[in-house]
Amino acid sequence: MKIRTLGRHARESFKSIGRNGWMTFASVSAVTVTLILVGVFFVIMMNLNKVAQTIEEDVQIRVHIDVAANQEDQQKLQAEIEKLPEVQSVKFSSKEQELEELIKSMGEDGQAFKLFEQDNPLNDVFIVKTKNPQDTMKAAKDIGKLEYVTKAVYGKGTVEKLFNFIKASRNVGIVLIAGLFFTAVFLISNTIKITIIARRREIKIMRLVGATNNFIRWPFFLEGLWLGILGSILPIILLAIAYYHAYDYLAPKLMGNFIQILPYNPFMYQVSGILLLMGGLIGIWGSVMSVRKFLKV
Amino acid sequence: MIEMQDVFKKYPNGVTAINGIDVRINQGEFVYVVGPSGAGKSTFIKMMYREEVPTSGTITMNGVNVAKIKNKKVPIFRRNLGVVFQDFKLLPMKTVYENVAFALEVIEAQPKFIKKRVMEVLDLVNLKHKARMLPTELSGGEQQRVSIARSIVNSPKVVIADEPTGNLDPETSWEIMNIFEEINNRGTTIVMATHNREIVNTIKHRVIAIEAGKIARDEQRGDYGYEN
Repeated sequence: MKIRTLGRHARESFKSIGRNGWMTFASVSAVTVTLILVGVFFVIMMNLNKVAQTIEEDVQIRVHIDVAANQEDQQKLQAEIEKLPEVQSVKFSSKEQELEELIKSMGEDGQAFKLFEQDNPLNDVFIVKTKNPQDTMKAAKDIGKLEYVTKAVYGKGTVEKLFNFIKASRNVGIVLIAGLFFTAVFLISNTIKITIIARRREIKIMRLVGATNNFIRWPFFLEGLWLGILGSILPIILLAIAYYHAYDYLAPKLMGNFIQILPYNPFMYQVSGILLLMGGLIGIWGSVMSVRKFLKV
Repeated sequence: MIEMQDVFKKYPNGVTAINGIDVRINQGEFVYVVGPSGAGKSTFIKMMYREEVPTSGTITMNGVNVAKIKNKKVPIFRRNLGVVFQDFKLLPMKTVYENVAFALEVIEAQPKFIKKRVMEVLDLVNLKHKARMLPTELSGGEQQRVSIARSIVNSPKVVIADEPTGNLDPETSWEIMNIFEEINNRGTTIVMATHNREIVNTIKHRVIAIEAGKIARDEQRGDYGYEN
């Protein structure tokens, strides 16, 4: 195809958008409404996922080292733990540091523990993080078997419950997003279909006058793309404004609980890109599929 | 040149519309196709622009066997002939100018040429001043003139017209006929299915009468021959 013809198709598609006023409006609103729904849901799901991730990442194994172990034994133990395939990092924390942290974490009451500074009953500890939080249980079990380990603690029971909950909610989220996505595709492409069916006579005439299928298809293809893009503008703007304010309001409050939500930049740019792409693709798909039907004359 | 040899057309519902037709139309001829309703006129015409495919037999248009053209190639075949319909078949969302230009855009003609040629044919059908109007803003006769302009803008060797005056009042019909005469005088073959007795009997040309799917009569400078 010549560049000039592509230009012609682009001009045609713009003209058609203007001339089919109400039909254009119907298609664009269908895209707008569904993309707002998809967008809002997507933002919520992504943030819940982020929260889940933060919580997961906080899970760590505290390996209590036997008091009988000398420095050499400790180094050997550290090397052995590091060798385990699930382990990401091992940090040593001496019993003095442990006591300090304990005192700090208890606030005013912690001062009572200061007495123990003379004769510290705590163990030296390795703080182990796994590459994948889900491997915590297995790693803890393996570490527990090593020499000079009195116990490997990770909040047994609670962590399993937490992981199960996170896993379940992720699955539910994926199902919901997929469902909503298909509804969106269906709704938008159907609306576009109706607008094109109204123009089937036009397509037939074009063929009678000697237009090849491709020549007919191109302006519709582009028109679908513009409809999709037009329809995604409002959702993007609304979502961007809403998230900006929601982030301002929520982020500081949640920070107090050590929960982070996704920062505006780059998250909102990513969401905008996704919505734009989705709108455009669904628009193209809807129009190309509907035109196809009438090209078999 | 158009040539039909032993052409039969049976529709899937069992109706035989064309029942063995042999005919030859030479370049530059003006031919009326007449006959009672349901005699097979429309099928005869539609097979020429490959809207219908014959069940058997060959139809040759300018050396191409129409029956053998693949669906995909049909639009390209149609670029070499002009078709005028009873219901005009104009694109409702396009202006008069754009409707005519469309037939040139599909062959990816140069924009300069398109502009010049479209204005030329609009001048021929006397509609240059209405180039920017939409079909809905025109009268029936004017719409048919746009449709004729579109059919000849490619300078085809053959123009096929299916009852072009069927929806028009007598006075407008004469205007349309004058345009067809003008086109024919320039060397274009015209095949026109019509029910208009007065026109056929006044502007004398070859008449092919179809009855029950067969050629009942084929006369140079013939008459309409039916009561209507």
